[in-house]
Amino acid sequence: MSEMKILYFAWLRGKTGTGAETIHPPAEISTLGGLVEWLKTRSPGHAEALADLAMVSFAVNQEYAEVGDPVKSGDEIALFPPVTGG
Amino acid sequence: MIRVQREDFDPAEETNALVADDHGIGGVVTFTGLVREIADLGDGRDEPISAMALEHYPGMTEKMLARIEAEALERWPLSASLIIHRYGDLEPGDRIVFVLTASAHRQAAYEANMFLVDWLKTKAPFWKREDAETGAHWVKARGSDEAAAARWSASPPKAAE
Repeated sequence: MSEMKILYFAWLRGKTGTGAETIHPPAEISTLGGLVEWLKTRSPGHAEALADLAMVSFAVNQEYAEVGDPVKSGDEIALFPPVTGG
Repeated sequence: MIRVQREDFDPAEETNALVADDHGIGGVVTFTGLVREIADLGDGRDEPISAMALEHYPGMTEKMLARIEAEALERWPLSASLIIHRYGDLEPGDRIVFVLTASAHRQAAYEANMFLVDWLKTKAPFWKREDAETGAHWVKARGSDEAAAARWSASPPKAAE
């Protein structure tokens, strides 16, 4: 069973109700897109936060990533809105 | 150099500290970003804000800022550079970000400075939350920021030597 650390920032943290969680997704999940679909099933808040992926950016191990990119056990995966610093 | 910090900074002190001992520097460009008192809600409405909270992704923030700075140092002949970005609770008028670029000649300093600000706005993982009378809201990313950053990808400018 794989283990991943998921981080949520800004309004995604608000909607999911958590800033960080350790999860154990099924072993067959191998892409970011697959992981996101699985995360949606964790709670109604997760489903709402991830309903429109055009509003969500991703990072795997602190590098920007796309839904087709691979994920594996031990990864740190962050989900956040488009950035607004500066 | 990059710094991500909660504390305020003094633009004059930062500038003097970086350029005082390097007399090869012919020009210094500094950009200081401030918290505006008026929020642009993105739908044509404006609203005064009472406070701003700036959240970031510790670790990735430093990584991205360092990479952006390295890119600028590769593209332009800079003698010194500095990015300071604050996080935490801020109020209208507070300084948020400071970008310094110094070079023998002004063109490199100007261009590199704009490049750094444009890129950090679209790549550094910071998020602004504004508190207004109608409640708190997360600031939406602006298409104009994306466009400003994209022009540096299209054709890397040549700096004057």
